[in-house]
Amino acid sequence: MRLLAIGVAAGVFSALFGVGGGIIVVPMLVLALGYGTRPATGTSLAALSITAAAGAVAYSLHGDLKPGAAAIVGLPAVFGVVAGVGLQQRLATRTLTLGFAALLAAVGVRLLV
Amino acid sequence: MEIVAAALGFLGGVLAGLFGVGGGILFVPTLVLVLGLTQVHAEATSLLAIIPTVLVGAWRQHRHGNVDWRAALLVGLGSVAGVEGGVQAARALPEDVLRRLFGLLMLAVAANLAWRVLRGRGAYASADGRA
Repeated sequence: MRLLAIGVAAGVFSALFGVGGGIIVVPMLVLALGYGTRPATGTSLAALSITAAAGAVAYSLHGDLKPGAAAIVGLPAVFGVVAGVGLQQRLATRTLTLGFAALLAAVGVRLLV
Repeated sequence: MEIVAAALGFLGGVLAGLFGVGGGILFVPTLVLVLGLTQVHAEATSLLAIIPTVLVGAWRQHRHGNVDWRAALLVGLGSVAGVEGGVQAARALPEDVLRRLFGLLMLAVAANLAWRVLRGRGAYASADGRA
């Protein structure tokens, strides 16, 4: 029941912002259900495949999808996710995480102004 | 610009693998700022790009024994009930408001990542497997 509720929240959030919803799912699995970090991230990825597919279908009914642009970012991302999962199993990711935080902050500011 | 977009797509994938997210937090701004899509088109397109990313990510995590498939299915099914509400809200909001909300979301995620790392524990910091 709690898993379904997490899913509904993630679905609204995912479609509103065009993100997967993992920002919601991972902390919820960890904080509300006591998952370890890596099981939470793995389970989140699996759940998001359904969320993203549902969101893409919903948007496609409005004619908002641009498949060519999706391929430009999505195909390299497939290689990126393999690298990311590999890194997560082995490396200390502190510096990398801070680097990502800086990148996201910079782009966020760019979108705001 | 396609090469820049592809490089950012790769980085979005790394982010997805590391933190269990879809990568959309980087896909959306890439599609808007680099490829010139509108915010709504970028969000829709990002969701499509997320699908192969998370499928491969889940498969890799499965090999490490990190996927609870029953829980994933329940969360995924719940999300189907939520997406139409999100789509309607995104399409109803003015373009610049939606873009600025996304900017705020990025700042919040950045702060969250930095906070968890600097504090030395929690959901994201322990992605290094030690916390």
